[in-house]
Amino acid sequence: MTLSGKGAVTGIGETAYRGGGDPRSALVLQLEASLAAIADAGLAPRDIDGIVVPMGTGGVVAEDFVTNLGIPDLRFSTVTPLGGAGSVAALQCAVAAVAGGICAHVLIPLGRTGRTGQRIGTRIQQMPQFRTVGEFEAPHGAIAPAQYYAPMARRHMELFGTTSRQLAEIAVTTRAHAILNGNATMTQPITIEDHQASRMIADPLRLLDCSLESDGGAAVVVSAAERARDLRQPRVLVTGMAEGHPDSPSAITQRPDMTRLGLAKAAPRAFAMAGVTPADIDVAEIYDCFTYIVLCQLEDLGFCAKGEGGAFVEGGALGLGGRLPVNTHGGLLSQAHMAGMNHVVELVRQLRGQAGAAQVPDAELGLVTGYGDLGDGTIAIMARG
Amino acid sequence: MTDSMPRKPVPEPSADSRPHWEGLAAGRLLLQRCGACGRVRHYPRPLCDSCHSFAVDWVEASGEAAVHSWTVAHHPFHPAFRPDLPYTLVTADLPEGVRLLAQLRGAGPEALRIGLPLRIGFEENGEGLTLPVFRLRD
Ligand SMILES: [Zn+2]
Repeated sequence: MTLSGKGAVTGIGETAYRGGGDPRSALVLQLEASLAAIADAGLAPRDIDGIVVPMGTGGVVAEDFVTNLGIPDLRFSTVTPLGGAGSVAALQCAVAAVAGGICAHVLIPLGRTGRTGQRIGTRIQQMPQFRTVGEFEAPHGAIAPAQYYAPMARRHMELFGTTSRQLAEIAVTTRAHAILNGNATMTQPITIEDHQASRMIADPLRLLDCSLESDGGAAVVVSAAERARDLRQPRVLVTGMAEGHPDSPSAITQRPDMTRLGLAKAAPRAFAMAGVTPADIDVAEIYDCFTYIVLCQLEDLGFCAKGEGGAFVEGGALGLGGRLPVNTHGGLLSQAHMAGMNHVVELVRQLRGQAGAAQVPDAELGLVTGYGDLGDGTIAIMARG
Repeated sequence: MTDSMPRKPVPEPSADSRPHWEGLAAGRLLLQRCGACGRVRHYPRPLCDSCHSFAVDWVEASGEAAVHSWTVAHHPFHPAFRPDLPYTLVTADLPEGVRLLAQLRGAGPEALRIGLPLRIGFEENGEGLTLPVFRLRD
């Protein structure tokens, strides 16, 4: 049995995204996004019978949705705590649940006060996935993701000649997309020179290589494929999905090949499940906690060979009209950091033809990735249908 | 201790890692070696992922290392490290077959390249914790 085509994303919802100052709790933000996603699907809250919580920000659990939405018969609940890989991991869980007949309509809510609440340097030290680096690396001053990931980027540069200006291409293109979005927190265009002039955070990563910390919520509903036909929106099927964990998943320092992410294991499985190749992809929403992580994933996805990501992204290749439009909503770098749930929402919009000024013409097949913690990778391939 | 004097993160040793930290306190870098198959592993953990033996010996590292990668921290993600900025964090290959992360001493990051030979030293961090540091090998 394959999960390909057994589930569809039937509803998408987002709150307004803010770069801070939202007084509402993570739960309220998740509830608002959830109501929007359920309504978008043409469902009522009582129709939800499954919940996957990718990131229990604010201590939010499935029971909170039962209580607040008045869900009468929740048949399936689980969590996918893979950090930024969790949103796409939740898709796979949801499709498996509806394919297995456990439930019909799975809500996947995400929301956070990433700017107003605890900031990144404080937050991750409390996550169990960071226990190992917390004991052995934090005492040296390796505290935050930028500092854990920067050596991956540095090694890529030393081995393959990748440059900071190539990373800048990703930041600049992503910002241009955010400006088209209408619900992005960053609205001023930037240039490669702006990127090069931005202050160093963790060499070689500059400020404009880093994602935002944001307040907001995003949610989707995944339904059994046959049930999706009767719902309100054009159907978007999940045709390929996979999760992959890098070698030495708890410490990048000890990883045999620091330039290879968990996605390198997951991507071939997802493409095989969907029966497509990277050349078939019309649009890609790629987890962009840092510019380098996008570049590395493009290689691990097979859009180019390992070491060729720098050349691949040059010349606006990731822009609308480029060889592979990437992060057409503005991503974590320039729209908002919703741990990749905003990437899922955007891919569905693109495949429905609802992406407005950022619409990739005739987008029929796309992919979304997640990247979590210290290298976990997830991928979902979706098709209009 | 008040909020105006932030402390650097203090490791909370587990039963598996306590000998490693006790070794550092004595100025020795001790690594776990499987008591059955002899494979050296780091960071400390209960089980040999090669032969699945729980048996552990501790061996002292040679002190040699070679640059694998690095970063230079410029942003104060933790207030206790603000006075140290900028500092260079080096990931280095040890001849024992594992890697070590530590700060670089006595040179700037411009000296670094993959494979550059290093020596492991030890330094008290000002708060009672002894940590390894790297220096360029002459
Ligand atoms: Zn062994």
